Amino acid sequence: MRILAIIRQVLDAEESVYVDNRTVDLKGRKLVMDTMDEYGVEEALRIRERGAEAEIVVVGIGPARFEEALRSALSMGADRAIHVETDQEVDPIALSGVVAAIARKEEAQMIFCGGQQADWDSQALGAAVAEHLDWPALTWTRKLELKGTTLAGQRDAEDGVESFEVDLPAVVTTQQDLNEPRYPTLPNIMKAKRKEIRRETLESFGVALKVRSHGVEAQNRERLREVIDGRDAAAAASQLVAMLREKAGVMA
Amino acid sequence: MILVVVAHADGRVGRSTFGLIAAARQIGRSGPVTALVLGSGVAGVATEIAPYVDQVLVADREELAQYDPQVWAAAVAQIAHEGEADTILLTASRSGRESSARVAVKLDAALLEDVVSVVDRQGALVAERYSCLARVTERIEALSPVVVVSVKPGIFAAAEPTGAEPGEQYDVELAVPPARVRVTGKVRYATDRIALADADVVVSGGRGVGDAAGFERLVVGLADQLGAAVGATRAVVDAGWRPYSEQVGQTGKTVQPKVYIAVGISGAVQHLSGMNKSRLIVAINKDSEAPIFRVCDFGIVGNVESVVPAMIEQIAAARLSRAGS
Ligand SMILES: Cc1cc2nc3c(=O)[nH]c(=O)nc-3n(C[C@H](O)[C@H](O)[C@H](O)COP(=O)(O)OP(=O)(O)OC[C@H]3O[C@@H](n4cnc5c(N)ncnc54)[C@H](O)[C@@H]3O)c2cc1C
Repeated sequence: MRILAIIRQVLDAEESVYVDNRTVDLKGRKLVMDTMDEYGVEEALRIRERGAEAEIVVVGIGPARFEEALRSALSMGADRAIHVETDQEVDPIALSGVVAAIARKEEAQMIFCGGQQADWDSQALGAAVAEHLDWPALTWTRKLELKGTTLAGQRDAEDGVESFEVDLPAVVTTQQDLNEPRYPTLPNIMKAKRKEIRRETLESFGVALKVRSHGVEAQNRERLREVIDGRDAAAAASQLVAMLREKAGVMA
Repeated sequence: MILVVVAHADGRVGRSTFGLIAAARQIGRSGPVTALVLGSGVAGVATEIAPYVDQVLVADREELAQYDPQVWAAAVAQIAHEGEADTILLTASRSGRESSARVAVKLDAALLEDVVSVVDRQGALVAERYSCLARVTERIEALSPVVVVSVKPGIFAAAEPTGAEPGEQYDVELAVPPARVRVTGKVRYATDRIALADADVVVSGGRGVGDAAGFERLVVGLADQLGAAVGATRAVVDAGWRPYSEQVGQTGKTVQPKVYIAVGISGAVQHLSGMNKSRLIVAINKDSEAPIFRVCDFGIVGNVESVVPAMIEQIAAARLSRAGS
């Protein structure tokens, strides 16, 4: 079986966001594999470690810098990588066509990707890839178990936790708490340097963009930041209660 | 035609749908605003939505009793295609965002996802949305004539009835594909509290409340006094103190109440992305360096164990004295 894990490289969540010339400035900032995607790489590895025979291929579609994130996934234990290199901002729907084409060529049985991208705040990719392939998608999974070619598990639905079963092939989207991604060990980091990263051009996929970005604006919402000492709890509480009444009309 | 996919639960139209209809009317595209009601036993839903729209399409089928994104997307796409809809609007709930991505692929359409504004400019739809963990506002333009739009709940004020005759109802024929995902069980979150998305005041608790009992006493206790909804951080949900339905943040719900009170919450960026549009943010935390203080309007550096009970006591006393006067 072949498993694809789709990853992106994004600004580390701990980094602040600066906007320059209507784009988020990434120069000199810490960039990492999108954590949401990392859970997918980890889960693919765990499925294999629990006994499934699988080749794990990580796929990244983005600029040259994505190679670093692909290397991280290889250091975690993925077997090889495919890097579709482009400096264009490809919207998730257009992107899903590229992923689906790769999945077909690679005869993938499972595709992992993060539940929501930390750069676009998009949840579309997994479902869109599944639609291209006419596959089911299990989104926001919190527990997974592969029995033969049946995938069972639990996912967060809007109104509760759902238990499910599905026959492969399927797309799975991942989130925090599905697992605890491993740190690459030194031997694995060294081994990863010798693993293949196959480069392809976006042009070879003939994608038509569906959405164009006109750039971003910082959200400069000024907060009052009136912070008081709460050692005298009763006094602090009464200031807060008064503030809620006056400024917010609560309990007016 | 502008197709509005009606979200409903327990036989009632979901609140966010009225916002969708408002968005449809403000978009500036011609053609009737058409509600699409999918489900089983949904005659009441169709009748409820009819006064707000120009026409209603109803697919009342037993196979649609269970929500399945693949099945629903197939239905929406088929009806959009046959009805020559150029704009398809869905609620950007989790399930709405999942099926809207599928509808966009099926129709070879652009997807404008989780938008906070959307308008037609010389034939092209232009929208604004939040990105980068809701820290920037991005402006995007659809490059295809047919566009699928998922609209962030709680942004557009609810539409009023048109005042004309209720929209005419039509039954539609559907080729419903079988569901592939077998749902083998479901634990529903039941609550009689006000929904997070609808509340003017939200009281949220983090790990700083100590344990599940502390959460109940401090966070739920304060929320009860204020008639507020209850929210939680991921850490609290992962610890099993509270259900996932109460989680606020990147992987939980997005809220924008008038007042958001963060009790024992550090203010991780993933949490902030779900509440940083609140009008007024209040934080109580014992660590003056906690990041939550950088985004709050009013903060108390103190122990939640002493500050929150004092608040509860004072609010209760104020209510009593008002009731007595
Ligand atoms: C991909 C991803 C997605 C995520 N999605 C979400 C999400 O949707 N929502 C979310 O909330 N998190 C999310 N997280 C987790 C997030 O990064 C934080 O770990 C989480 O929000 C922390 O929760 P907390 O504030 O309750 O706990 P902590 O960070 O442990 O903070 C507890 C706070 O309580 C204070 N405190 C302790 N005791 C007291 C006391 N007695 N009195 C007063 N203050 C006290 C401490 O000073 C501290 O600031 C996500 C993480 C990842 C990687």
